[in-house]
Amino acid sequence: MGVKLSLGVSLGAVLAVILVALVGVQVSSLQPIFGIFVPYAAFVIFLVGFVYRVVDWGRSPVPFRIPTTCGQQKSLPWIKQNKLECPSSTLGVIGRMILEVCAFRSLFRHTKAEMASGNIVYGGSKWIWVGALAFHYSFLIIAVRHLRLFLEPVPFLINGLDLVDGMFQIGAPALYLTDLLLIGAVSYLFVRRLIVPKMRYISLANDYFPLLLIFSIGISGILMRYFIRVDIVGVKELTMGLVTFHPVIPEGIGAIFFVHVALISTLLAYFPFSKLMHAGGVFLSPGRNLANTNRAKMHVNPWNYPVDIHSYEDYENEFREKMKNAGIPVERE
Amino acid sequence: MANNPKYYESLNLDYKPPRGNWMDRPINIKPGIYCYPARPVVLENVQMNDRSDWGKYWVIEDEDWELPDDWKERFLNKMREMLDKYRTFKIYMDICVRCGACADKCHYFLGSGDPMNMPVMRAELLRSIYRGEFTKTGKMLGRIVGARKLTKKALKQLWYYMFQCSECRRCSTFCPYGIDTAEITIMAREIMNELGMNIAWIQESVSKCIHTGNHLGLQPQAYKECIDCMLMDIEDNVGITFEPSFNRKGAEILFVTPSGDVFAEPGIYTLAGYLMLFEHLGLDYTWSTYASEGGDFGFFTANEIAKRMNGKIYNEAKRLGVKWILGGECGHMWRVLNQYMTTWHGPVNFLEEPVSPITGTKFENAKAHKMVHICEFIADLIKNGKLKLDPSRNDGLRVTYHDSCNPARGMGLLEEPRYCIKNVCNHFYEMPENTLREQTFCCGSGSGLNASENMELRMRGGFPRQNAVRYVRDKYGVNMLACICAIDRAAFPAAQQYWNPDVGCCGITELVANALIMEGEGPRTNNLRGFEIATWEPEP
Repeated sequence: MGVKLSLGVSLGAVLAVILVALVGVQVSSLQPIFGIFVPYAAFVIFLVGFVYRVVDWGRSPVPFRIPTTCGQQKSLPWIKQNKLECPSSTLGVIGRMILEVCAFRSLFRHTKAEMASGNIVYGGSKWIWVGALAFHYSFLIIAVRHLRLFLEPVPFLINGLDLVDGMFQIGAPALYLTDLLLIGAVSYLFVRRLIVPKMRYISLANDYFPLLLIFSIGISGILMRYFIRVDIVGVKELTMGLVTFHPVIPEGIGAIFFVHVALISTLLAYFPFSKLMHAGGVFLSPGRNLANTNRAKMHVNPWNYPVDIHSYEDYENEFREKMKNAGIPVERE
Repeated sequence: MANNPKYYESLNLDYKPPRGNWMDRPINIKPGIYCYPARPVVLENVQMNDRSDWGKYWVIEDEDWELPDDWKERFLNKMREMLDKYRTFKIYMDICVRCGACADKCHYFLGSGDPMNMPVMRAELLRSIYRGEFTKTGKMLGRIVGARKLTKKALKQLWYYMFQCSECRRCSTFCPYGIDTAEITIMAREIMNELGMNIAWIQESVSKCIHTGNHLGLQPQAYKECIDCMLMDIEDNVGITFEPSFNRKGAEILFVTPSGDVFAEPGIYTLAGYLMLFEHLGLDYTWSTYASEGGDFGFFTANEIAKRMNGKIYNEAKRLGVKWILGGECGHMWRVLNQYMTTWHGPVNFLEEPVSPITGTKFENAKAHKMVHICEFIADLIKNGKLKLDPSRNDGLRVTYHDSCNPARGMGLLEEPRYCIKNVCNHFYEMPENTLREQTFCCGSGSGLNASENMELRMRGGFPRQNAVRYVRDKYGVNMLACICAIDRAAFPAAQQYWNPDVGCCGITELVANALIMEGEGPRTNNLRGFEIATWEPEP
């Protein structure tokens, strides 16, 4: 499948979600489907699917302790160990995982190799690291901010986050920095896939679709807040209804809200079946989450089984005379 | 390229993949890149997937690769089994986001520009089959989600590219999820091994190791003769005569090293270094002709074969009644020793926690495994002042150090070798940091790809390392590349003849022994290679 088809399919799928939601909510009797049934169903698929996938990974054992070591091992006491990149304790592993999960340590190493007059030149290249951090953190903050729709009273911390995110007080309501960051970062990640030849070669619809979906989620959210205003009191009534299991559909919320919900529901339902599962996988990846202590502490393989090892006895039986002639000791003369 | 070895000034690659989808491109299996299949006769000792049950040998150039009738079933069953046995495999099949961080990290990609050598694509070759055969979305949506069915074309492509990976794990260092392409290659090779799709260089080595104990097929008397030869050289160049012991019961230490160093230059000088060092220390140790191979060629084909080969080391240690084991300089040998050996055969109660008989140092990091790396051992000796050293004997050398990929990324052995070199050489220069330590490059011939028919692949794959060597050669006049891997020592001479004809290659113990002042030694005008120290110029 070429780039055009991958893109076409991804874009088509996102547009279809938007269209179905737009058309659907015009019929007021269908509003409960988009406002109640779809989000519930999506959330259940997400939860069950996510747990299922993680449990499924967990069903396969880790037969060998084979972390990729990225620093000095623990050996002689006077040689300084790199406790984070080559951990030998649980604490070290936790440190390594925190760096990996929260700071994208490995991505930070990224370099770009190019050839210049017959030599390979390695340039520092932190854009992918910056882009990935901006994307994930703005997404996280936006998700946390949305908790004010699901909690009553709104906790102090979430109100505070809201204030900080909108601290520049540009426009009314105040422009959120994370909104800009998210749209910027998603656009960067998307454009990068299109214009960098290597990225275009390796990208699949599986890569374009979630980016376009998240882009649309961001845009529909921004539209709702600044341009096509929705009845925020009605929205909160609906979201509180969802979390308290007394779902209601207030009058006159506005179609754009249902589009936003449909897109998010799609993302949630798509999540467990996709590469987005890296969110769970990164914690379970044996390449990083094990200590490099194989020589100090035995690791047990649950399916280890005895194998046929060519025995010394057979070896000596075959070569006994030659060994004796060469003065190599033998067991049996 | 391969048939015309000459110094290549430039390699001009723009690393731009072609347009269009890789699934539509024809596979172009090029001579010079692939290794020959194993001949049936060498597989007798292996007794595992040797094609004997369907009795057909295969030729790469042929359209038909003579697979068994139920090849598809065998492949998929084996893959299912591996997915159930290895969490690594399952997770690595599922979570790649194709961020592209690994794309330009592979030495084979950097040397060939072949987009399928980007680690992500190498994995996608198998991942696409995984999606198409094992996941519901893949079965339903097919190519839309990057899935494909297992076809003969897919299988050939998989074989071609999985034997263009040296399992060096450089890509894994850069992966934000720690996805280890080496692990994926290991799985793919084991699955293909089920269809008898294995290569001669690996299987012949495996077969010889099982039979004679070492991959050169040296029988016990021949193994001893090789070492005797080195003893004569030592007598000539150092003026000291001695006889080490073989298969001796009751020795304190068993020494195991890759057999390549017993046989071929420049590894034999590293071997001479071991002999001199142990003699100087009066170490109570023994060689073994039975466990005479540290390297584990089975690791390049299937887990069970790897375990069968590796098992000899502990068996021999037990038979001889030694206290612990000392291991020589070798790359993948140490990856296997460090990350697999105790899990396969432990707990190792018949040996004792390793303690240096010279310094009394306890090697606590090896207390379960009972095996110590020669660089750890030597670094400890130097630190405790147990070696009299004259680094000026290495003054003709301007040395740089190649972190052999497996000790670096499968063990974390980075500073010990450097400490040794700095104490025995006055002129030591590091290569650029993006080519060192955890970011080190493979020699280009690792994981069983050190054959002669795939010379173009080896020279291309060796380019990133050699390019960095050339940088320090031009900047500092470096003329010696030190390493701690027998495959390096077998591969670098060819790669350097091609890319850096005025740089030599050596092991660290050779450098140590050159500088070592031994009791009763004669005038040390010659180095271990028999050349005059004052005037010698290294060459590959």
